[in-house]
Amino acid sequence: MTQTITLNVNGQALKAQAEPRTLLVHMLRDELNLTGTQVGCDTSQCGACTVLLDGRAVKSCSVLAVQAEGHKITTIEGLARDGTLHPVQQAFWEKHGLQCGFCTPGFVMTTVELLRDNPDPTEDEIRHALEGNVCRCTGYQNIVAAVRSAASALRGSRRPGAAVSGG
Amino acid sequence: MIPAAFEYTRARSLADALKAAGTRGTKVIAGGQSLVPLLRFRLAQPSVVVDIGHLPQLQGIKRAKQGTVIGAATTYRDLLDSKLLHNTHPIIAETTAGIGDRQVRNRGTIGGGLAHADPASDMPAVVLALDAVLTLQSRRGKRSVPARKFFKGPFATAMKKDELLTEILLPFLPQGAGTAYESFEQAASGYALVGVAAVVAVSGGAVTHAAVGITGLADTPFFAASAAKLIGRTPNKEILRAAAAAAVEGVSANEDIHASAEYRLHLARVAVRKALTTAAGRAG
Ligand SMILES: Cc1cc2nc3c(=O)[nH]c(=O)nc-3n(C[C@H](O)[C@H](O)[C@H](O)COP(=O)(O)OP(=O)(O)OC[C@H]3O[C@@H](n4cnc5c(N)ncnc54)[C@H](O)[C@@H]3O)c2cc1C
Ligand code: FES
Ligand code: FES
Repeated sequence: MTQTITLNVNGQALKAQAEPRTLLVHMLRDELNLTGTQVGCDTSQCGACTVLLDGRAVKSCSVLAVQAEGHKITTIEGLARDGTLHPVQQAFWEKHGLQCGFCTPGFVMTTVELLRDNPDPTEDEIRHALEGNVCRCTGYQNIVAAVRSAASALRGSRRPGAAVSGG
Repeated sequence: MIPAAFEYTRARSLADALKAAGTRGTKVIAGGQSLVPLLRFRLAQPSVVVDIGHLPQLQGIKRAKQGTVIGAATTYRDLLDSKLLHNTHPIIAETTAGIGDRQVRNRGTIGGGLAHADPASDMPAVVLALDAVLTLQSRRGKRSVPARKFFKGPFATAMKKDELLTEILLPFLPQGAGTAYESFEQAASGYALVGVAAVVAVSGGAVTHAAVGITGLADTPFFAASAAKLIGRTPNKEILRAAAAAAVEGVSANEDIHASAEYRLHLARVAVRKALTTAAGRAG
């Protein structure tokens, strides 16, 4: 039986319909047309489905849509502001942190959370934080470079009122 | 795959959750990091799923008379962020950092992991070595079960069908004890091929306390009682090597696509030796 779920997605309060067995990722993609969040595996391992739930990176294939009731979700669509890419998105672009781009929304979302907790991570910390995201194209080098570049951009813009948080 | 249909409710109180635990066909969900994958593969097909993840009675980390108490639905993430645990039991963060990945740790809970009792999960080794005490609760009442009597087999524990795990008590470490967790992970999943937790206290050059918990090796995580024979001895290389061999002697090791029994036993001897050596080095 479908239930009505009240939640906040990308800053917007809304209601969506889902069965209890519906995974959050399917509600986002199929009900809310937010198709930036990907499904890359059936084993909770690839991280392509990563979104922020109350600011924390989670795999939306491993959360029931009904569990998001009353919570705040941020997807890749919620990062850009007025047509300006979020600094993490910008850095992935500039540093060639992607090739096919399938994994990218997941990497970006995990990175947004990482840099909020740790504005100046070491390379080791970056690799450890991104362990739950798999990329079949880049070999990760440029992803790490993108995260470092985003970190320094965000540190530079971290002043009162700067809109860099996302979610 | 899409899970089979079920109903979902959120427990409004611990009493609600206990009622759910005692109801046939009902499964509780905490972080969902084991249950949602099982639902997806239809390996679990409950008719009702009751969410306990948000219950305040099951959350938090606090200091008690005998040690540090962790609510069962406390996330791995909150364990990593806890200053109290860093001070009283640094082995918790050391182990937790290697569980799954950031996203899994943001949702997965310590109680969910212990209750699930995957024989390749990490935390069982730690609660065994620390001699933790688990609080099991049902509508019939509450009881305490030592971790060393909790694990009964692969995915099997001492919990009765109507019981929930509500709290984990980690007794304070013996005076001057050092701790360490050493594991060899399956490269893709991160689960332990073998994981070893060790607690060693040393005084005047001799061991005064030694405890070892081992996961991944056998079909049930176990407490290696032989480690207590280290007491009174000098923790040097040969003695710790011999203790490592004794800890896994006679164990019937798991064999699967990831590792042969012989290889697991080898890894276990290496991991026990390393864990004991590191723990002894941190003691004092
Ligand atoms: C990609 C991935 C990688 C992982 N890697 C590791 C790893 O390296 N090491 C490791 O140890 N684990 C690993 N895990 C497993 C993870 O640790 C567990 O999924 C998690 O700890 C389970 O907790 P949960 O709160 O998510 O439990 P849930 O999935 O909510 O529940 C699991 C089971 O326990 C029951 N349950 C939950 N809470 C209670 C309670 N309080 N009382 C009684 N029963 C309860 C549920 O009914 C269910 O049967 C991994 C998981 C994933 C998805
Ligand atoms: S789709 Fe692969 S982890 Fe969610
Ligand atoms: S860019 Fe293709 S999978 Fe990462």
